[in-house]
Amino acid sequence: MEILVCVKRVPDTAENEIEVGPAGADIKRSDLVYSVNEWDNYAVEEALQIREKVGGSVTVVTVGDADSEEVLRREMAMGADTGVLLSDQAFKNSDGLGIAKILQGEVLKGKYDLVMTGALADDGAGQVGGMLAALLDYPYASLVNMIEVQDGKLTVGREIEGGNQEVSQIELPCVLSIQTGINEPRYVGIRGIRKVASVEIPVRGAGDLGLSPDAVGAAGARVKRVDYFVPPLGEGAEILEGSMDEQVEKLIDILKSKGGIK
Amino acid sequence: MEHLLVPPAGASFLGIPAIIFSLLIPVAGVCTFVYILTRRIAPLVMAAPDPRLDNVVGRAINTVKFAVGQYRQPRYMMAGVLHIVIFAGFCVLSLRSITLVMVGVSSDFALPGMDGFLGEVYGVFKDFVATFVLAACVTAAVRRGIFKPERYAVPPALGKEHTGEAVLILGLISGLMLADMCFEGSLAAAYLQKGMEPEALVVPGTGTWFAVQFMDQMPLAKLQRIHLGAYFAHEIIFFTFLCLLPLGKHFHVITSIPNVFLSKLKKGSVKPVKWGVPEEKVLDLESLGVKKITDFTWKHILDFYTCADCGRCSDQCPANAVGRPLSPRFISVKSREHLYKSFPIWGEPKAKVDEPLIGGIFSEDEIWSCTTCGACEAECPIFIEYIDKMVDLRRGMVDDGNVPQSLQKPLGSLEKRGNPYGIMERKRADWVKEIAEQCPVRVLDPKKGDTAPTLYFVDSITSFDEQIQSIGQSAARVLTAAGIEFGILGPAESDSGHEVRRFGEESLFMELKDRNTEAILESGAQRIVTTDPHAFNALSKDYQGLPKVEHISQVILRAIQEGKLRLKPTEDSAAVYTYHDPCYLGRHNGLYAEPRSVLDAIPGLRRVEMKKSFDRSFCCGGGGLMLFYEPVEETRMGKLRVGMARSAGANVIVTACPFCKVNIEDGIKTSGLEGKMQVIDLVELVDRHLVR
Repeated sequence: MEILVCVKRVPDTAENEIEVGPAGADIKRSDLVYSVNEWDNYAVEEALQIREKVGGSVTVVTVGDADSEEVLRREMAMGADTGVLLSDQAFKNSDGLGIAKILQGEVLKGKYDLVMTGALADDGAGQVGGMLAALLDYPYASLVNMIEVQDGKLTVGREIEGGNQEVSQIELPCVLSIQTGINEPRYVGIRGIRKVASVEIPVRGAGDLGLSPDAVGAAGARVKRVDYFVPPLGEGAEILEGSMDEQVEKLIDILKSKGGIK
Repeated sequence: MEHLLVPPAGASFLGIPAIIFSLLIPVAGVCTFVYILTRRIAPLVMAAPDPRLDNVVGRAINTVKFAVGQYRQPRYMMAGVLHIVIFAGFCVLSLRSITLVMVGVSSDFALPGMDGFLGEVYGVFKDFVATFVLAACVTAAVRRGIFKPERYAVPPALGKEHTGEAVLILGLISGLMLADMCFEGSLAAAYLQKGMEPEALVVPGTGTWFAVQFMDQMPLAKLQRIHLGAYFAHEIIFFTFLCLLPLGKHFHVITSIPNVFLSKLKKGSVKPVKWGVPEEKVLDLESLGVKKITDFTWKHILDFYTCADCGRCSDQCPANAVGRPLSPRFISVKSREHLYKSFPIWGEPKAKVDEPLIGGIFSEDEIWSCTTCGACEAECPIFIEYIDKMVDLRRGMVDDGNVPQSLQKPLGSLEKRGNPYGIMERKRADWVKEIAEQCPVRVLDPKKGDTAPTLYFVDSITSFDEQIQSIGQSAARVLTAAGIEFGILGPAESDSGHEVRRFGEESLFMELKDRNTEAILESGAQRIVTTDPHAFNALSKDYQGLPKVEHISQVILRAIQEGKLRLKPTEDSAAVYTYHDPCYLGRHNGLYAEPRSVLDAIPGLRRVEMKKSFDRSFCCGGGGLMLFYEPVEETRMGKLRVGMARSAGANVIVTACPFCKVNIEDGIKTSGLEGKMQVIDLVELVDRHLVR
């Protein structure tokens, strides 16, 4: 099975203190460390496991600048066969639809049976997977947490409200957005990345993908971010003060008084 | 010489001269034995290299003390004494056995120098020894077969009890003793019946003497049959025993002396990924670590052969004690069984040889369960190594990307931020801000010429963990009070990588080591002091070319002795202190006395010892990445440790390691003993008692 996994480089929320930047429409980016978006990592692991079972290949693709190459290398160190970087000045400040169009260009260049994305990104809106499927006119399943490969189709499990599970069959080719917890992604260390350090990663721009520069990037964006702010303290929110023990005491009192614990 | 009874060399069975058997049995026995040995050597040849011939003098001393002298045996008194008797008996009686084998060919054979008075003395001596050995074997067999000490039990998942093999071997040894007693006794009885003095002196109380008493009325023909029967029984048992040795756990009879000679000398260190491969080439290796059985080094395979299945390692193993799926004994036993099945006595090696060990004989959790505390290695009478094997197996898993999710996050953070918590580098020295007024700590900046003779290497937990930062702050005050000019690296410091390495992530460890080495050398410090035994061990054993590294307990003791630090009497008269030996200070670095002397320098301090202390200290639960690992276990090591301190009558546990403090603190809480028990770091305690 030929699988394409779309990944994204994001600031690692576990290892950064995110602050809103002075302009207000972005976060402070100096001092940040980046990693591959957690959901995407699960998608790549799932793709690798499918490849181990039924054969084929796994390609990872990302839309970004030259720095984004590092997440491609990390996923290739996990075992992805090929990495493709979609990079062009014209792609800058694309909205979700723009990103989906760029990815569509790459999907159409290859012969992929299965396209996977993470269900959402740490800094995203969870929209690209669905849009990409619509642009391609492929069937789509979101929040997938189980995949079984059958002949020409897949059985997929989806997480639905209340932790319930829904099982569907979906025809190939299709697009799936992957939920965390579907598997246990393998570890990649420095050595793994070093091994793929010299592998050539093709870079494709708007022209290679047959995209008009006006359709993507800031020019094509119909959603524009206007503000970032830390919400003001609302009613009912309380920050507990005092030593650790005092805070725990207070928390227990609150939980008791609200009926959370007895 | 005339013989009252026909000797084996002169007898015949069904017309065949017995001398033929006397020649055939040894030749067949030795040939079989040599053949089996060559089969056993096959995997050693395929295994990884492991240089073990440095420091021959030190090795020889170890061999004399631990192998010949059986130094560690009495740590388990009953079994130890029995073993010493049987071992000593083996040494003494080997001469007798050789003589007996030769007597089958030449009746009057004596070893050189043994045909005169010396031989007579030996004859009496060996009678006593054989009697003791027989008594020891019977006692041991009763102990194993009837009383069944718990540490020999085999969990049902791992197969049947090993009692049968143990008792069989004890039976064979007893058989050898009895055979010789009957062989010699029958001859002596024949002489006595004729009113003559026996050739060999029979001293009352020996087994031979009892045999004589038993046989003194027997007709000569019967004595003759016993004489020859006993002789050939001895022959057959002797060579059966010899050939059985390399088939089971009694291989140790042959391998343990070389195993002790070849044992690891540098405690606390970790073997390189592959011996003979320079560090800069390590990451280019095709595969890292141990994945299949022959990836182990030849010495580690010799360890597997050598394991005597005594269970002392597992009896001391804290992971085993809390019900984690790890029993060091079965790391050896399962590996040996795997080797024996992979390299059968007959035929080609099986395909099994290349089967992955993880998911085969070992489970992932089993290998991650080890805290590398070293209790098993400190206990093993024949110096079987476990930590390096664990590390090698983990290297293999890391190389395959097979790392628990709970460890992937901290490893990622270590790579990106130099600490397992993912906190930004620039906050590494934030803990000094709180004490900036009373005790300013310099963050060294060598580029601006800001250096200090002593570098305090803080490491991650003391830098970032809010409950532990107090250790760093106390250290700063104590070092200042002792008049030591020091500084810290601050943001330029990275995690020492001690557990990164011991968890098998060699490439990340090398990265951290390079970062730290550069920062430390740049700092211009001539000495490094640390409060963290893990950092202490890493910097002194895993790093190269650094200035001298000391643990703060050494620095404090010296300052006290030189009168630079003065301590005031304890205020709390109800407090009873006990010192918990951190694994990487005690067992791995031999620092037992220094921290205790510091404690005893506090006037009026009452101190008791826990039953498990010094090199039998019980691990608190492990440091570094072990704090992030989510083990499968029934209870916590820290909790058990708190219980031990309590039974010793202590209410304050003093340790000298930040991780011990965390784990024991947890243990106190989960035992519901908050307010009744306390844990404090040695440095904090000294800080509290400083005469300023």
